[in-house]
Amino acid sequence: MTLQSLDTPDFATPPARAILARAGQGARRATARYGLLLGFLALWQVGSSVGWINATVFPPLHLILGALWEGLSSGALLDDIAISLQRSGLAFAAAVGLGIPLGLFMGQIRAVEQALDPILQVFRQTSALALYPVFILLLGLGELSKVFVIFWATLFPVLLATIGGVKEVDRKLIEMARSYGATRRAVFLRVVLPAALPSIFVGLRLSATTALLLLIAAEMIGANRGLGFQVMNAQYNFQIPLMFAAIFLLALFGLAANFALVSVQRRLCRWADAG
Amino acid sequence: MTVLDSIARRGEVTIRDLSKSFTLNGRRLDVLRGIDLHVPGGEVLAIVGPSGCGKTTLLRVLAGLEEPDRGDVLIDGAPVHGIGRQRAVIFQEPRLLPWLTVTENVAFGLEMRGIDRATATEQARHWVRLVGLAGFEAAYPRQLSGGMAQRVGIARALTVQPEILLLDEPLGALDAMTKLTMQEELARIWREQGVTMILVTHDLEEAIFLADRVLVLSKDSGTPPRVIDLHLPRPRDRSASGFVALRRQLMAAFGLH
Repeated sequence: MTLQSLDTPDFATPPARAILARAGQGARRATARYGLLLGFLALWQVGSSVGWINATVFPPLHLILGALWEGLSSGALLDDIAISLQRSGLAFAAAVGLGIPLGLFMGQIRAVEQALDPILQVFRQTSALALYPVFILLLGLGELSKVFVIFWATLFPVLLATIGGVKEVDRKLIEMARSYGATRRAVFLRVVLPAALPSIFVGLRLSATTALLLLIAAEMIGANRGLGFQVMNAQYNFQIPLMFAAIFLLALFGLAANFALVSVQRRLCRWADAG
Repeated sequence: MTVLDSIARRGEVTIRDLSKSFTLNGRRLDVLRGIDLHVPGGEVLAIVGPSGCGKTTLLRVLAGLEEPDRGDVLIDGAPVHGIGRQRAVIFQEPRLLPWLTVTENVAFGLEMRGIDRATATEQARHWVRLVGLAGFEAAYPRQLSGGMAQRVGIARALTVQPEILLLDEPLGALDAMTKLTMQEELARIWREQGVTMILVTHDLEEAIFLADRVLVLSKDSGTPPRVIDLHLPRPRDRSASGFVALRRQLMAAFGLH
């Protein structure tokens, strides 16, 4: 039997040196992680300023940041941000609200899953964008069709990941719980749900990304507000820095959503990182 | 055994004419054929036999995880169906919930039996110490070695204080050294708790080390199950002449030398 120490505090190194060493390590890790990204941005800035790349298509970053600042400080972009977040947020919330419970249900009951799987696969493989005209015909050109097309595309990642997570729960753990007399409810709450959680989070992250991707497409057709509309509109009016500002904002929201979900996942699935 | 004795002694298992078959690729497979067995309370019975002889199936029927096709299982004289509070199973894999700490895993069985969390945790702590895992209460399963994880599984089963402990090759996945330690541990637990233990194993030495009697199941339908009494003093010494002779006898029964 091995008695390995679980947390190994560094008693040996004096505190000051340890802090310095840790700071150095942190800097190195940051460079390894973000170095390439910073290099890319620097190359863009320099290349665009010096004229290696076409500055009309790729304006230098300071112009983009300037456009972004102007849009934000004048409040012109804030309106677009608000409406875009509302569309994506509503669609994402609806997809999660339907996808997770439905996935948990389908994953547990084989007959339901087998009956619904073919139709789900067909729906999933049908591009939401291809269906957008249909949604517009059905729901009109207003908010509803926009939110619905985002919802449609956002639903499948979280639904399928939840079904997969539930189906892959170790039967042996369920049997163990049953052998202690666990009720169906207890098996679900104490075994199935926690076991499926990491997989559900993978689905949530995919869905969040999808919600933002579809947002742009939805707003490019028949919208007069929103970040997606701004991308198109700025391009038509040849306000390329503003176009990039809107694109950067969208990327930022994607990163923020992912970061938020990863943080929640870390909190809920701490056991998976241990060791 | 007198009447008084049988009342005092709990954890008695009787199997009457037990049969169970499976259908595999359209072919009927009689795994258990009319098994009769009586295990007095507090006894250790080892079930051995080649793979496919139905030893695990027998244990799963006793645990209530499988229903027999025919026949009865009686515990303390009363027929039982399904899972019951008198029994706890220790599986070959520890089957710990990866998202629970050692203590939470040990408390899990009690919680499933309706004990409130605080009481269950309190009792779990006691058993964690008893299986030698003091200091690891807050560890997660993936931080444990195989032997430690199996100790957690054993503690979880003991925490519900069963009359009958059903062990399905509990040490089968452990390395040789850990296995020896854990056999001693099981012998100690049995001595201290006085539970009935029914142990499926493919390790003949383990059977002789722990059991009062050994049930030998065979794969072909012609050979009926045999019960071998081990009249060996405890604690058992693997190198004692009686032990060695029994091992030789059992191995010969399996066609080994």
